[in-house]
Amino acid sequence: MNKNAIITGLIIFVLAVLSPFWFNMITATQAAPEPKLLGKAKTEKNCVLNKYEMRANHMALLDEWRDSVVRNADRMYESANGHSFNMSLSTGENSCLGCHEDKTKFCDKCHTYASVDPYCWECHTNPKEIR
Amino acid sequence: MMEKSRRSFLKVAGIAAIGLGAAPAMNFAASDSHGTAHAVKSKNKKALHAQRWGMVIDTNKITDEVVESIVEACHKAHNVPDFNIEVDEKKYPNTRPVNHKQEVKWIWEEEFHNAFPDKEDEFLAEKFHDLPFLVTCNHCKNAPCVQACPTQATFKREDGIVMMDFHRCIGCRFCMAACPFGSRNFNFRDPRPFIEEVNPTFPTRSKGVVEKCNFCAERLAKGELPHCVEASEGAIVFGDLEDSESDIRVLLNENYTIRRKQSLGTEPSVYYIM
Amino acid sequence: MLEIAIKGSKNYWLWIVFLLAVMGAGGIFYIDQFMNGLMTTGMSRDVSWGFYIANFTFLVGVAAGGVMVVIPYYLHDYEKFHRITILGEFLAVASLIMCLLFIIVDLGQPTRAFNVMLYPSPKSMLFYDMLVLNGYLFLNIVVGWKILEAERNQVEPAWWTKPLIYLSIPFAIGIHTVTAYLYCGLPGRGFWLTAILAPRFLASAFAAGPAFLIILCYIIRKFTKFDPGWEAMQTLSKIVCYALIANLFFFVCEVFVSYYSNIPSHKAHVQYLLFGYHGYHALVPWMWTSMILMTTGAIFLLIPPLRNNKTLLPFTCAMIIFGVWIDKALGMISGGFVPSPLHHVTEYAPTGPEIMISFGVYAIGFLVLTILYKLATQVKEEVRG
Repeated sequence: MNKNAIITGLIIFVLAVLSPFWFNMITATQAAPEPKLLGKAKTEKNCVLNKYEMRANHMALLDEWRDSVVRNADRMYESANGHSFNMSLSTGENSCLGCHEDKTKFCDKCHTYASVDPYCWECHTNPKEIR
Repeated sequence: MMEKSRRSFLKVAGIAAIGLGAAPAMNFAASDSHGTAHAVKSKNKKALHAQRWGMVIDTNKITDEVVESIVEACHKAHNVPDFNIEVDEKKYPNTRPVNHKQEVKWIWEEEFHNAFPDKEDEFLAEKFHDLPFLVTCNHCKNAPCVQACPTQATFKREDGIVMMDFHRCIGCRFCMAACPFGSRNFNFRDPRPFIEEVNPTFPTRSKGVVEKCNFCAERLAKGELPHCVEASEGAIVFGDLEDSESDIRVLLNENYTIRRKQSLGTEPSVYYIM
Repeated sequence: MLEIAIKGSKNYWLWIVFLLAVMGAGGIFYIDQFMNGLMTTGMSRDVSWGFYIANFTFLVGVAAGGVMVVIPYYLHDYEKFHRITILGEFLAVASLIMCLLFIIVDLGQPTRAFNVMLYPSPKSMLFYDMLVLNGYLFLNIVVGWKILEAERNQVEPAWWTKPLIYLSIPFAIGIHTVTAYLYCGLPGRGFWLTAILAPRFLASAFAAGPAFLIILCYIIRKFTKFDPGWEAMQTLSKIVCYALIANLFFFVCEVFVSYYSNIPSHKAHVQYLLFGYHGYHALVPWMWTSMILMTTGAIFLLIPPLRNNKTLLPFTCAMIIFGVWIDKALGMISGGFVPSPLHHVTEYAPTGPEIMISFGVYAIGFLVLTILYKLATQVKEEVRG
């Protein structure tokens, strides 16, 4: 009698644990969105690091940047590929949004898809939104 | 026996789980895969430098109009919320009523006996009675707030500026208890609805962090003087206290100046010409 | 051992459900505070700490008070405390959990709380407070649990519990000393800037902690078959008495120094608390209530027939706890902030949500306390039966 109960329990457990897979099987999977490169970012081929590293590690880079700006007052960044940047999310030509222009078409594209909600924008402003 | 072995299995499993959890973190810490090792970080070429920034306020030149324009220039540029404005209901629906005791201010006006409570005097010269005294963060040499902060979110820069790292602040408000000048503010709520016109070049703050005057570090980095100095019509002079040739030292040499609560030994960097 | 906690009478479960309901209500208000910020509290730019930190300070005292049973028993082999040491240790555990929760609910950015460990700041007293509070919590959990387990199995406790017990004594003193250092090392706050703050905190802790323990002993006697022992309670009440008198004496010293020296930045705060300042006197009735409660409590405990009166004792203890709570929680925190460093007066009163969240925290603490005490009393009943 115990055996049956245990096995039923195990089956339910396995089914529950694998539920994300079942969910994906019955719903249509959305393809990962492509963030839109606009304006300067479209013509300029080089970001701070190459595309793949930016994709994987931009949050670490931004973390490093904010420490550098706030804590060491170093605001200029010359990357290994020889380009120099103003270490800022949204201020000026040489900042992230200075090149990528539109937060909603760039940052938010992936963040929304991956359902991450970085708190950058609680304080930093998207110049587009203000206008 | 069964009891015993299950127990030791769980112990081993627990330790293994910790190891598994720690591995990615250790890997990330050890790797330099983000290729930032060869990057060079530097200051802007135009940036202003000092050993210890300081400020001299000439109380003779401060009038109500000057005060008003200084406060406005500072608060506008730094996105300091004004809780007296009418909130845009369309943009920020259901904004709750304001508790004005939870205000935020970086630089403001006080009467003499509030700015200098230890110098209260019943026979104080009459002109000082009605004079507006501008007060702000003193960027103390021995800042109690820096000492108190449990995360180094408030810290002292090399140039003497007492800075806030809004990213790191946990909102414990120990620094507010530590400051003898009441210069610190806490964001009891999201300030955005109360900023009439956001300055996009400076961040707003989120709820739950402390903020205060930063001696316009963002302007010094571009080679410009603080907003209050520019708006003061010559009443505020800014410069390097450690440089004996600087304008500010010449002024200190030629005038009788006082500082707030000198007896506490925090060594404020803001001086007042009387 | 935990299985003991899931078997209980109807009253036990009613009490648990009641605590869960209070926790739930507090939780709802906390969610609102978490979403909208500390604007839901009565705190302000001038009074930047309030009810949460006040209760935190008080509870650190209750936790430290547990050492008043540990010292006599383990250092002086005072056998009468044999049965209640575990109660002291478990009371410390529950109080410390409440302390840590009060800190968390007071944070503006609670999700960043671990920054305190990520960026250790040896110059900040809060850093040390975090260390000693967690250390003392850990020691009490381990020691209490191990000793109770040994008692249940009727074996000697593991040899290493002894050094941990000895270590917990300086930790108990440490938690309250460091908590006092949070306040008394700040240059601009005349009320707190006094070397006697840490001794005063300890004195009031050694009054409130054991007084609470006495009340808990009464409750245990009423609801379980375990008897903590009247003589142990008598000794406790003497400890409460002397600690309370020390606290009152320290307070008199404080008042004397601020009034006789007449230094405004020190006097203004005492003035505000006891007589009102520039027409503001929200705390005056509270402070006098506290003084009356504590003085009466001390007198009741000094006179042997009154102290030995079994019906009066719990009421005396309740008076003392409430008196110390007002003095140390309400008065100590608000009194330090009013008047402000610029000599403005902004008064403080907690808001409804603030009080509800505090009740929620207390409910969590009492839940932990109930479960731990249930274990302790049941094990002791089993062993004796």
